[in-house]
Amino acid sequence: MTTTTAASAPETAAGKPLPRLPWNRHLLAIAVLAVLLVPLPLILPPAQASVAVRVLIFALMSIGWNMMSGFGGMFSFGHAAYFGIGAYTGAWLLVEHQVSPWIGMLAGMVIAAAFATLIGFLALRYKLRGAYFALATFAFSEMLRLWATNSDFVNRAVGYHVPLRPDTSWWWIQFEPTSPNYFWVALGLTVIALVVSVQFVRSRAGQFAKAARDDEDAAAAIGIPVMRYKLLAMALSAAITAVAGAFYVQYFLFIDPDLAFGSSVSIQAILPAVIGGVATIWGPVIGSVVMGPLNDVTATLLRNPPPALEFLQGRSGLDVIVYGALLIVIVLLLPKGIYGTIRQRWSRR
Amino acid sequence: MTSSPDQGHVAAGTGGVATLDPDEVRAPTARAVPWLRIAVIAALIVLAVVLAYVRSGSGVVVVQAVATGILIGGVYGLIAMGLTLIFGVLDIVNFAHGSFLALALFLTFGLTQAGLHPYLALAVSVPAMFLLGVLVQRGILAGAMGKPLENQLLITLGISLIIENALLLFFGANPRSVALPGDRGVPIFDAVANLSRILAFVGALILAGLLYLLLQRTRLGTAIRAVAANDTGAQLVGIDTRVIYAVTFALGTACAGAAGTLVAPLVTIEPTTGSLFNIVAFVVVVLGGMGNVVGALAGGLIIGLAEQLGGIYLPGQSPLLSVFIVFVLVLFLRPQGLFRRSA
Repeated sequence: MTTTTAASAPETAAGKPLPRLPWNRHLLAIAVLAVLLVPLPLILPPAQASVAVRVLIFALMSIGWNMMSGFGGMFSFGHAAYFGIGAYTGAWLLVEHQVSPWIGMLAGMVIAAAFATLIGFLALRYKLRGAYFALATFAFSEMLRLWATNSDFVNRAVGYHVPLRPDTSWWWIQFEPTSPNYFWVALGLTVIALVVSVQFVRSRAGQFAKAARDDEDAAAAIGIPVMRYKLLAMALSAAITAVAGAFYVQYFLFIDPDLAFGSSVSIQAILPAVIGGVATIWGPVIGSVVMGPLNDVTATLLRNPPPALEFLQGRSGLDVIVYGALLIVIVLLLPKGIYGTIRQRWSRR
Repeated sequence: MTSSPDQGHVAAGTGGVATLDPDEVRAPTARAVPWLRIAVIAALIVLAVVLAYVRSGSGVVVVQAVATGILIGGVYGLIAMGLTLIFGVLDIVNFAHGSFLALALFLTFGLTQAGLHPYLALAVSVPAMFLLGVLVQRGILAGAMGKPLENQLLITLGISLIIENALLLFFGANPRSVALPGDRGVPIFDAVANLSRILAFVGALILAGLLYLLLQRTRLGTAIRAVAANDTGAQLVGIDTRVIYAVTFALGTACAGAAGTLVAPLVTIEPTTGSLFNIVAFVVVVLGGMGNVVGALAGGLIIGLAEQLGGIYLPGQSPLLSVFIVFVLVLFLRPQGLFRRSA
């Protein structure tokens, strides 16, 4: 779980500055991938295009989770809190105050980052680690869920429906249901999140956060303000996951407390990173590409089951069973995830 | 389980309190019961009850809340005992605990549909869950022993996802219920409690007592406590730690199974019912001190009360909210649990 990424290994034996090429290579890869993906929604049939959007939402959530739990080493089991804050802030501002979702997204990022900083400060101040830290993050996201379910302020269990506009609009992020624009917005947001995570990890702050993860006492001993950089990682992480929440509402046009703050949301933020590779830039992306379509495959299977499974027709749950099995297999056999394992093999040559 | 003549010797050093925390087992004062702390906690509980009376202004409401809270608290205690046992011995935060409980709920439902009395289902659900525990530990978790905590957490998470959604897949999301023959309201002072609730409480206490005796008075229990205190040392005196790990995990899941059958007449049976109990059990475990079996039972009673009284303090909010508030306070202020000296 706590592997140092090969690219960032300090190769400064002679005191030379850190080699910059690997990071620039990451940025180049992001740029190339983004350009290649732009025509995707024009090629794919509409059903597949919506799967692609879901993959990008997964990726955004998980890139956020990875920043705090992978690079920062603080295992969060409550990223639903930040996803939900992003979703509800956007929806609340839009429905109750007719504010553009772009501004709602920014507001959600700020509130989520503030909330993460508060939780992080308390958790670090009282030295919660490992299981206790994970349980504390879980408790906060569940408290938000329970509060949202029973508060008139956010419409209780009913949640929010985004009002449909007569026209399509970039300012209100509302297009025809099958419009490729949704994909492009999600792609843009994901590319920004990836660039931010590359820039964070290569920066001084990111290196300090990783040093604090690998050996907190040693990091503190050489004068790194551990608390500050851990909080920074948490705030950034929360802000990115909040973006995923805000976009989710605009795409699915609906949010309620379980969709926003449920523990399955936290799991959806964790799974892609674990499957792809924790504490790697590309892990969350690869994990999302694996996970996103699974849902559709199993749903199709259950709609028209083979004769032996006739009795399961119309049931749900198979997709999550597959996620669960995949999770166990990956953790047992490929603890570094798909991307992490491949990279390890590669660098050994 | 094991054939070491030295086991008794190990036991001699391990105080009388059924705690699985290594430091406390070794400490010579482990036998001492923290009376002062218990007195403080009791005073706080009394204060909470008085405040609830002031808030609601109705004696019946408070008596009802206290009775319901204590009764369900006993069941929480039993569930948490299994969870804390697993944590103390295997160092695993078992996110699948609630899903084992859900499995037992559906098993009980199935057996009562077949005409069995709900409580006779215990004779099936407990051994079945024990067996499943052995299989899961040996088949899946054994491969991750000694790995970072996150790995085990993720694996148990995967197990819970599989069990919960397999139940959803096969039984659907329709809520089901189990009726206890001859169930009726029993008056307690001004309040009324269902007979099934009282029986669940009594059954949970009996099983918790049996588990305590097993840990304290048998060779197996001694071996379990020895592994919890120092697994290398236990191995050196000839205890087969692999067997102990499997048996301990299975005992934990059997607790969840027993609790599942006991609460079957009280709850709506859905695939997600287990996760609610799981959340509460985590709170109870932290409250009682991770690895502290007696603490788990006491913590169960406290959380049962907190849940019910919280409904009075925060009307209109879910009772679980007050459980989480207690949880967060305990995590921050006494992460070592209520009953343990600070490190």
